[in-house]
Amino acid sequence: MAASSATSESGRQSLWYRIFYDKETRSTAIQVLTLTLLFAFFFYIIRNAVINLEAIGKGYSFKFLWEPSNYDINQTLIEYDSRSPHWRATIVGILNTLLVAVTGIIIATVVGFIMGVLRLSHNWLINKVVYVYIEYVRNVPVLLHILMVHGVIVNTLPLPRNAISIDDTFFLTNRGFYTPKPLFEPAMWAVFIAFVVGIVFSIWFNHYAKKVQDATGKIYPVIWISLAAIILFPILVYFVVGSPMSFEMAELRGFNFKGGLVLRPEYLALTLALALYTAAFIAEIVRAGIQAISHGQTEASYALGIKPNRTMRLVIIPQALRVIIPPLSSQYLNLTKNSSLAIAIGYMDIVATIGGISLNQTGREMECMTIVLALYLSFSLMISAFMNWYNKKMKLVER
Amino acid sequence: MSSVVEEGKTYEPGTYPDLPPPPSTVGIVGWVRENLLSSTTNIVITVLTLYFLWVILPPSINWLFLNAVFEGASRDECRAIMREAGASGACWAFIGHRFELFVYGFYPVEERWRVDLSFILMLAAIVPVLWDKTPQRGKMMIGSALAPFVIGWLLIGGFGLETVPTDKFGGFMLTLVIGVTGIVGSLPLGIALALGRQSHLPALRIVCVVFIEFIRGVPLITLLFVASTMLNYFLPPGTTFDLLLRVLIMVTLFAAAYLAEVVRGGLQAIPKGQIEAADAMGLKYWQSMRLIILPQALKISIPGIVNTFIGLYKDTTLVIIIGLFDPLGVGRASLADTKWQGLSTEVYVFVAIFFFVSCIAMSRYSLYLEKKLHTGH
Amino acid sequence: MKLFKTLAVSAAVAMAATSGTASAGTLEDVKARGELNCIVTTGVAGFAAPNDAGRWEGFDVDFCRATAAAVLGDADKVKFVPTTGKTRFTALNAGEGDILYRNTTITMSRDADLKLTFLGVNYYDGQGFLVPKALGVTSAKQLDGASVCIQTGTTTELNLADYFRANGMSYEPVTIETNEEGQVNYLAGRCDVYTTDASGLAATRSSFDNPNAHVILPEIISKEPLGPAVRQGDDAWADTARWVLNVLIEAEELGITAGNVKGLASNGSNNPAINRITGVEGSYGEMIGLDKDWAVRAISAVGNYGEIFERNIGVNTPLGLARGLNAQWTEGGILYAAPAR
Repeated sequence: MAASSATSESGRQSLWYRIFYDKETRSTAIQVLTLTLLFAFFFYIIRNAVINLEAIGKGYSFKFLWEPSNYDINQTLIEYDSRSPHWRATIVGILNTLLVAVTGIIIATVVGFIMGVLRLSHNWLINKVVYVYIEYVRNVPVLLHILMVHGVIVNTLPLPRNAISIDDTFFLTNRGFYTPKPLFEPAMWAVFIAFVVGIVFSIWFNHYAKKVQDATGKIYPVIWISLAAIILFPILVYFVVGSPMSFEMAELRGFNFKGGLVLRPEYLALTLALALYTAAFIAEIVRAGIQAISHGQTEASYALGIKPNRTMRLVIIPQALRVIIPPLSSQYLNLTKNSSLAIAIGYMDIVATIGGISLNQTGREMECMTIVLALYLSFSLMISAFMNWYNKKMKLVER
Repeated sequence: MSSVVEEGKTYEPGTYPDLPPPPSTVGIVGWVRENLLSSTTNIVITVLTLYFLWVILPPSINWLFLNAVFEGASRDECRAIMREAGASGACWAFIGHRFELFVYGFYPVEERWRVDLSFILMLAAIVPVLWDKTPQRGKMMIGSALAPFVIGWLLIGGFGLETVPTDKFGGFMLTLVIGVTGIVGSLPLGIALALGRQSHLPALRIVCVVFIEFIRGVPLITLLFVASTMLNYFLPPGTTFDLLLRVLIMVTLFAAAYLAEVVRGGLQAIPKGQIEAADAMGLKYWQSMRLIILPQALKISIPGIVNTFIGLYKDTTLVIIIGLFDPLGVGRASLADTKWQGLSTEVYVFVAIFFFVSCIAMSRYSLYLEKKLHTGH
Repeated sequence: MKLFKTLAVSAAVAMAATSGTASAGTLEDVKARGELNCIVTTGVAGFAAPNDAGRWEGFDVDFCRATAAAVLGDADKVKFVPTTGKTRFTALNAGEGDILYRNTTITMSRDADLKLTFLGVNYYDGQGFLVPKALGVTSAKQLDGASVCIQTGTTTELNLADYFRANGMSYEPVTIETNEEGQVNYLAGRCDVYTTDASGLAATRSSFDNPNAHVILPEIISKEPLGPAVRQGDDAWADTARWVLNVLIEAEELGITAGNVKGLASNGSNNPAINRITGVEGSYGEMIGLDKDWAVRAISAVGNYGEIFERNIGVNTPLGLARGLNAQWTEGGILYAAPAR
């Protein structure tokens, strides 16, 4: 086709000839066709939707978001009552979803790493028990796990009046887990500033220690000094400014405990079920990651005189992480998306608030589902973006 | 034993008889010492694990089997039998009474042979796919490819049979229908999407990327909600579209997007030299894909593909949320019967066992395949 | 991808081409289809639930069957579309069902904003509270601070919010999806109070191991007229379905039963009102697009309102509901069907 004679002839060749035999023309034709069909398809379904909505006299408007929601929600991280508008209910739902996602991811990661390491243990018994557990969890649908954990919490824990109490401070009931709620006095800001200062200091110290180590080989106990800066320093400040914090205790009054912080059974069940389900997958990822690192790495590290725990921390784990992170990030995404199953046990997440009660009470399916889809999509994109960034940072620098 | 080596006797170098290993390192004792009690940490772990098992296992076994009631016409009868025995256990009589409902859903009783026949056909169709020593495998595979259509026709009512509307589908049968359709439908679609994502045509690539990322970015349950609440608005006025068909389409699209990413991983692992070599041989795009790239890429992706299928299969339980009666839905509807109220644990355990058995079979097969295909380089 | 879209478009075009007659009118659609699509619950004891053999039974189900018998001549030509509280209106509006019989409260917003047409009332209900006797509660006014189980997607959650707010009390809503879950949560003590329509509470209480340990509080906090609905804008179909409901209620008033309706139709009666229903006099069936035997078929299939009530939810059933408000107006209730004339 590149021959000059062909170019002069192509003017005379018909369009059909070129679509079949000229690579460039053919590519363009395929793309034009694809896009045309695609646009035609979207145009067609949107036109249908407009006609259908008009036929039953509904519009497409988000005005309802500013009307009072008329329903109550039992777990609200921000101020909310039945007079609040639907958009506020949506935010309550978003925060509840995020709460489950974040705590679930943390628990899943910790439990998953522990189980992954136990799977590599030389202890036959624990190895097999963890193996059976992982296989059980992975092969049963997550919806069943959620329903079962919820059933166990609601059916086996005691009623508030027979609460299991720890030191009359923490109470465990089938209405939730009650803990004292910290109340901050104004002077508390000094402690928060101390905390931030501690973090900034440890980041600086980390860099400094690395520079010193590169230059002289001297190793500082970085972890201990950082911990002291982040934890001990704020505590010291706390006492210096005169303990500006008190606790509001939960106490049984009437039907329920009043005051304090409460973790509701729906929240506990959803978080635990999702975390344990995801942990089983993470455990396998961790095991595969550690096993992927050749044993020669450990031996070489020992030969260099590096102590076992340093070998693990400096040689094995950084390499294993590179294998672990990509699948780990997709597990985090899965957990976030699975949190939408909250609806099965009545935890008020996005799907249950805007995609559930609001949708049902206002009858605005189109608008509500658009909001729900857009929200999940942006969560997913944010997690992917973060994980890609982290992955890039951890990537092997090829020489 | 001790007679082999006589005390005080001297031996020439090289003639000293072989001694058995010390008793503490062989047999059960040795094994226990080696595997369970080799260090303090190990001992602690072993003891804790044993305690854990002791707490969990006996009550579970009692509930599941020893104290369970298998006969009875209602929950009250179950309770009465248990009260007599002075123990509490599962009321499996419930599952027994509703077993047909769990398996066939609301499929008409006199037509249930069609479900059984479909199941047998499905098993027969799977054999050549799974077992590579099937005689005449190539021809049999064509049969396997046709089987889903024959089964679909059989279940809905072709061959002059009475039509059974899809709202009668339920129970394990529904799980299998959704699972198998999703698997069969998503494989070609997933491969097409993966190829599209790797395509050099920008318009095609962007469309595929957007589609894949959109589907992967939202939970399946929201897609099912879209299918159940919104999809009809997008159809021409006056048309409706079977709910099960809508669910099948959504599940297939969902699985296809995940599958596309798995296959893309496989495609990316194929060295560029392979494509260049194919180009150099003068193969067209489709020829090089069909003969060179895809066979290699799919082989690498098999474990991922099977995992996607297992995930899809487990996700079929979500259809309960939009009002289809999968086993869990049948169980819950049965619990609305005043005779059987309050037996949710039995339903959950029963359904869990079903999923566990079928999923573990799939994952075992995947492991076997992985081992077999691990030809190494 | 492209293949799929092409397929989708051509499929959609094909469907559009094949379905030109589909929007003619629901009555014609149902007749052409030979089957009535009736939207019901996924399972509420006594109102709609599949039995051991998988056949749908219940109060609402019988009204569906009566409608099918009147329109199609066969009470079994019904396809039941089970929905949750959440999906029912969409299912109706999207055309998945022809009629909604799913103990649905008639409200202004549902009628006007959700674009439904309600046909009348087949059960007068009100929202109540069920509490364990052991709590010692005698009035809903004492429920400050309680945990309350409610079914989502219903008017009950709105009534509840209003009631507690109006009385200056606080509560913890425990939102659940189905009646069955509500019972499980209530019995396990997840909530102190279970609230739903009083009929539902009675059904729930009757199924407990020890019904006497639970008490329904005297306050009824809302009016819940439950009734069937169809899509707005199809008056012909609304008329057909409305008069099936009315005639079943009037049949009880006039003493027409499943047992005697055929005899009354062939022999006639001295009461012109009965003759109008049985088709002996007038051409009332034709007015609603049916033939003259429409009411005879409906009544002989499932019986009159009273028979349906007693069979599914009456005092001799596990639910044990008394007629109460749902007695005929002649017997102290408020059931007052417009006359077929």
